[in-house]
Amino acid sequence: MKYARLVWVNMTRNKRRTVLTTLSVAAALFLFVSLRSVNTTLADAREVGSESRMVTRHAISIVFYLPESYYQWLVTVPGVRSVSWADWFNGIYRDPRDFFPNFAVEAESYLAMYPEMVIPEDQKRAFLDERTAALVGSGLMERFGWTVGQTIQLRSPIWAPDREWPFTIRAVYTPTNPSFGDALFFFHYDYLYEGTSRRAQPGWYVLEIEDPALAAAVAETIDEHYRNSQAATKTETERAFQTGIVTMYGNVGFLMNAIGLAVFFAILLLAANTMMMAGRERTSEVAVLKTLGYSDRLLFALVLAEAASITLIGGLLGVFGAKLAFEGTGFQGLGLLPNFQVKWATATAGMAIALCLGLASGIVPAWQAARLPVAETLRRVG
Amino acid sequence: MALLEIRNLSKVYQRDSQMITVFEGIDLDIEAGEFLVLMGPSGSGKTTLLNLVAGLDKPSAGTISVGAAEVTEMSPRQLAAWRSRHVGFIFQLYNLLPVLTAYQNVELPLLLTHLSKSERREHVMTALEVVGLSDRADHYPRQLSGGEEQRVAIARAIVSDPTVILADEPTGDLDAKSADEVLTLMQRLNGEFNKTILLVTHDQRAAERGHAVMHLDKGVLTG
Repeated sequence: MKYARLVWVNMTRNKRRTVLTTLSVAAALFLFVSLRSVNTTLADAREVGSESRMVTRHAISIVFYLPESYYQWLVTVPGVRSVSWADWFNGIYRDPRDFFPNFAVEAESYLAMYPEMVIPEDQKRAFLDERTAALVGSGLMERFGWTVGQTIQLRSPIWAPDREWPFTIRAVYTPTNPSFGDALFFFHYDYLYEGTSRRAQPGWYVLEIEDPALAAAVAETIDEHYRNSQAATKTETERAFQTGIVTMYGNVGFLMNAIGLAVFFAILLLAANTMMMAGRERTSEVAVLKTLGYSDRLLFALVLAEAASITLIGGLLGVFGAKLAFEGTGFQGLGLLPNFQVKWATATAGMAIALCLGLASGIVPAWQAARLPVAETLRRVG
Repeated sequence: MALLEIRNLSKVYQRDSQMITVFEGIDLDIEAGEFLVLMGPSGSGKTTLLNLVAGLDKPSAGTISVGAAEVTEMSPRQLAAWRSRHVGFIFQLYNLLPVLTAYQNVELPLLLTHLSKSERREHVMTALEVVGLSDRADHYPRQLSGGEEQRVAIARAIVSDPTVILADEPTGDLDAKSADEVLTLMQRLNGEFNKTILLVTHDQRAAERGHAVMHLDKGVLTG
């Protein structure tokens, strides 16, 4: 601790340079933590998928529909307890920037399969009894300031883009697991079906199976059955399905890590340059300290401590700035990243990177300080 | 036995393929409490000799011992520890750290000791009182005159009560009045506090303050 003042005065010797370097590190760590949190949030979203629920979709892509007639056969497959279906509505409220995920579902069977959604019984009944009713996540209600009983209008570029779709909010759900998301919007498939002059078809079927161990057999039975039909299927567990949805964005993890790595090296060079400049400016002072009896090892440690202090302060600002900013604003990536949060593991990783940045950027000037030939340096400056 | 013993000391530099001999086979004894002035023209090797005594440079041949310590036998780490306890160094250009106050500059050698904060404070204030600058403890070097800066540097050199004080042209950058004050102070350190001093200088007035004067010229040391 007695050397802390020495580290501090050297850090604050060129305040503008130190502040700019610290802010650069803070910005880089903010970005790293944000990107990393996208990855962890998507990973969490995959985990939400149940192993006892399966999804049957079109074998080519989820954007192709499946015939309604499949339902009759699916409920007869051995091991399948119940079947429901859903459609992606892509409804837009007011402005595309107000995006939130919205689905048309076969409500009765769908709600029975998703105990993750906790709904007051009277609201649930009201939702099931009314064709234009909507079931809305509590976070979405809060985001737009909606109230139960309120009618809102959505426009869907997929389904009858020329018309407004009025929905009356009859029920609000609260998720038992935050990663399920509290910003989803559900309404009745029948309403979609009628509103599109009966053109709508199920986007995917959700199957509840009796035992997760039966998943492989159920999937094989269904996909084999429809192999030579006009709409071949792909059946997988809901968790695998969620993973597939996430990978539709591309290899998000790779992209995020690549950007993070590029940022890391850019900031490493910046911090290293700062420390090299600081080291060069203080050559004579290092020689003087050696004359006073400061050992090579101590000077090495002091320079490293200075570099690490700058990056750790930057890290604290960036990492905890991100944590406070995202958690304070309830950021959910327009509903695409439910339960988005900077986890403590991510914050710890960010601080570890800040420390590594400091050590990596300080190692060369620290080594130069330790190896500085005193007599020659004093002769040069004297 | 002398406090400082130099035996058969040589220093040869290599510049490209050329070998440059600074001095060769020097012998020198300095008794405890002595104030020895070393004079000589520029490039004669006075500062080199001072650096060798402080263990800041390695001789090409010969030995240096200060008290019981064989300086030429020590590792860099041992030398650093030894210097912090036994050597007080005064530079021509003061070499104070500009970002530290006078107090903090003087405290620097004490940070290497096990003294508590209050003990360090006591030592620093005593050293500043000796050089007559206790009222300027909170001033930064830029707020001090050249003479005052050098007196702070002297306080830094004596604060750890070293065995020997090595001064490299301490008045070389000062006006006559300040130089006189600094020399008087060094005389006082020697006379009143019995400090052993080896002072390198061009200044004839400085030479008059020592007990003895030696000349180093063309690699030869004469009394």
